[in-house]
Amino acid sequence: MIGIISYAGYIPRYRLDRMTVYSAMGWLNPALIANAAGEKAVANFDEDAVTMAVAAGKRCLDGFNPSALGALYFATTTAPYRERQCANIVAGALCAPEEIRCADFGGGLKAGSSALLAALDFCKANSEQPALVCAADCRLGKMGSLQEMVFGDGAGAILVGNEKPLALFKGAYSLSCDFVDQLRGADTVYNRQWEDRWVRDMGYEKLIPEVIGGLCRRQGLTPADFTKVIYPCYYAAARRKINKKLGLKLAQVEDDLLQESGDTGTAHSLLMFSKALEAASPGDKLLLVSYGNGCDALLFEVTPEIDRFNNRRRFSDTLTRRSELDSYIKQITWRGMTPVELGLRSEEEQVTRWSMTWRSRKAILSLQGSRCKKCGTQQYPPQRVCVNPHCGAVDEMEPLNLSEKGGKIVSYTSDMLAATINPPAIYGNVDFNGGGRAMFEFTDCALEDLQVGRPVEFTFRIKYYDPKRDTTFYFWKAIPVTGEVS
Amino acid sequence: MTTGICDKVAILGMGCTIFGEHWELDSSDLLLEAFSECLADAGIEKKDIQAAWIGNHIDEVNIGKGGCYLANTLHLPFIPVTRVENFCASGTEAFRGACYAVASGAYSIALAAGVEKLKDVGYGGLPDSPIFGQLSRYVTPNATAPGLFAQLATAYAAKYGVSMEKIKEAITHVSWKSHQNGAKNPRAHLRRAVSEEQICSSPVVAYPLGLFDCCGVSDGAAMAIVTTPEIARRLKPDQDPVLVKALQIAVSSGEEAAYHRWDGSHIMTTRVAAQRAYEEAGIVNPREELDLMEVHDCFSITEMVTMEDLAISPPGKAPDDILSGFYDLDGELPCQSDGGLKCFGHPIGASGLRMIYEIYSQLLQRWPAERQVENARLGLTHNLGGVPHQNVCSVAILGL
Repeated sequence: MIGIISYAGYIPRYRLDRMTVYSAMGWLNPALIANAAGEKAVANFDEDAVTMAVAAGKRCLDGFNPSALGALYFATTTAPYRERQCANIVAGALCAPEEIRCADFGGGLKAGSSALLAALDFCKANSEQPALVCAADCRLGKMGSLQEMVFGDGAGAILVGNEKPLALFKGAYSLSCDFVDQLRGADTVYNRQWEDRWVRDMGYEKLIPEVIGGLCRRQGLTPADFTKVIYPCYYAAARRKINKKLGLKLAQVEDDLLQESGDTGTAHSLLMFSKALEAASPGDKLLLVSYGNGCDALLFEVTPEIDRFNNRRRFSDTLTRRSELDSYIKQITWRGMTPVELGLRSEEEQVTRWSMTWRSRKAILSLQGSRCKKCGTQQYPPQRVCVNPHCGAVDEMEPLNLSEKGGKIVSYTSDMLAATINPPAIYGNVDFNGGGRAMFEFTDCALEDLQVGRPVEFTFRIKYYDPKRDTTFYFWKAIPVTGEVS
Repeated sequence: MTTGICDKVAILGMGCTIFGEHWELDSSDLLLEAFSECLADAGIEKKDIQAAWIGNHIDEVNIGKGGCYLANTLHLPFIPVTRVENFCASGTEAFRGACYAVASGAYSIALAAGVEKLKDVGYGGLPDSPIFGQLSRYVTPNATAPGLFAQLATAYAAKYGVSMEKIKEAITHVSWKSHQNGAKNPRAHLRRAVSEEQICSSPVVAYPLGLFDCCGVSDGAAMAIVTTPEIARRLKPDQDPVLVKALQIAVSSGEEAAYHRWDGSHIMTTRVAAQRAYEEAGIVNPREELDLMEVHDCFSITEMVTMEDLAISPPGKAPDDILSGFYDLDGELPCQSDGGLKCFGHPIGASGLRMIYEIYSQLLQRWPAERQVENARLGLTHNLGGVPHQNVCSVAILGL
């Protein structure tokens, strides 16, 4: 039977208190105060939809072998490329094999559930191989807009397959129509929406009950049969009306995460769904509903496997890992919303030589190093001649993925001279657990978090952005984590 | 059989420009100025030079690739001219080329030049320069020289259990000493003595290094004309020639960057180059036998750890020696008597030759009493290129 075999959420570390946004922009639009409660998750300066999808995917694959994947679908409306498949970047970072079906889903906010449906279809047709769905968004509202208040950054990942499903897929119902309440043109950065009443009354309040009603008819159920109904909608009043219309009790409705992360676009239903799975019990019926130019509704029934699943807190763990970002200006600077002076050093040429990165793609995307078959020494980047001065064997290497290894800090600094949109640049030498060394940038931390001997884990991030060629380039960085300092 | 370079090459003449911000001068102007002094000091004519080497790091800014720039500037008459580049050790690399040419017997008089125009870069510090080729851009941090060298401090503190305050105190004294010495040197870039308080409270560039822990970024040129000891004695019968006693270079094997043996608290190549140089020069106890040193103090922390790598201070004791004044101008082993990279300045390609210029001048007792190291007979230069985990280290020993 096809179903969910793993799940995870990813909320970036930094959170912006909505009152910080209001303090900066309330003068322009005093009505923003109505949405100024809670906090929104904001991607770090080196994160985007691709890196967040990798982060969620990595957590989701914890305990699974990525080389068994048969498909990887990536959903976003904020892809860094219009032509270059981002799912392949995600697949590379997750050490998935190249013999895999990859696709990007986008266009509307229900792309996340479209990808999930496609993954379920894939598993139906290819019963042996699991399929991974990663959805992430990093949407921008203009400064002083409702969207700026409401939107948050985040990612969700769902692994679909037939081996010990935690929740069985029971059926789906879809509505697709050119109902336009929010849009972004091909060359537009900021979300634009028609008036609130239109979005609320004719959008959420009408389409969500309609798709749930359709699914109930098809499945012979009533809304009262669902343990949890998971649907996105950032209008609190509309949520109340939808619940009333469907006769849903408050306990049946999954929390919208607006106070914790904000609306994360294509990722949002998947993110809320991973939260629901965390708390689910065998027999629960979970209804996942997405919204955006129509709706998808997917019904799942939780199995006893859920109680045997390792590390169920695959959503909450990411939520508790948080730091408050005390500067609104910092956030808009990171997102490139306002020009800042980065100095002449930042104007150095940054040509990406694709033929070269192709040859090193495993080293770059998968943090693949090599291990000497003669002496066992791990090394990065991959070497042909063993770096161990007492070995030196030639072409005796086997590939080795280091992204899951973790390591510890050998030396570090924080550099005010390096050109970066988030000074100081923090970096240092890191020894991989099990041997080998490389220098990494540290991220999601401050100088005070660093110490020689402190353990780190690796995270896939934006290495640089070349504005001249509109190229976003990715590589791995290190995050200091708690643990024994040795 | 390997016989080394000891006593096979003599320095016949040297020249060195004022280092500094030469907004009005090109590399050609700087090269000509150094050459005029060098030629006059050697007491020969241009036509006597049989081969030349020029060291320059950043070809994109100013001199371009190849040897033509030097040949065309001086209008050298169709002799072999080779441009060499080995990071910040390019100056010593040019010197090495000229010395080996003479030692081999292929030429009897050769020129070594070094030049750099850093003030045409457009910003402070060195421009980006991928040490390990283009792949560096994709898999190594967006790092700068101060950030890479600053890590010596965090690793040193962890290794020896020395507090960051103690390290800061020692490296502050390193910079204070260079400013004291630079203030006495009319050719130095930074000629103002500063207080230790001023140094210590300067803005942080890369933790724990502040602005005063970083060397000057300068324009300048330096040159040497080398020949055989026999020709030197014949041309200058009334002067003991300054002889090359050792000339060693060690290049990172890749071990520091990718293997886990190195602890990040020192420079592996310096240890290797120094031991080879001591052996070549017949030095058994460098702390006792050397009279003065010019080391690659690109950052104050580099000078600190170098004192141990050169086997002058025992492991973990460099801060104590530094703070005791051991390396001051009036100390037991003066280091950076000309102000060093810190205050004389660091036009990359010229720096190695500038260090040799200082030792050469000191050995010939050419300086005014206030900065002359008395009875100096044996001096060492240490010219480091690259960064702690990927570098080229040159150690030269010169003596009478």
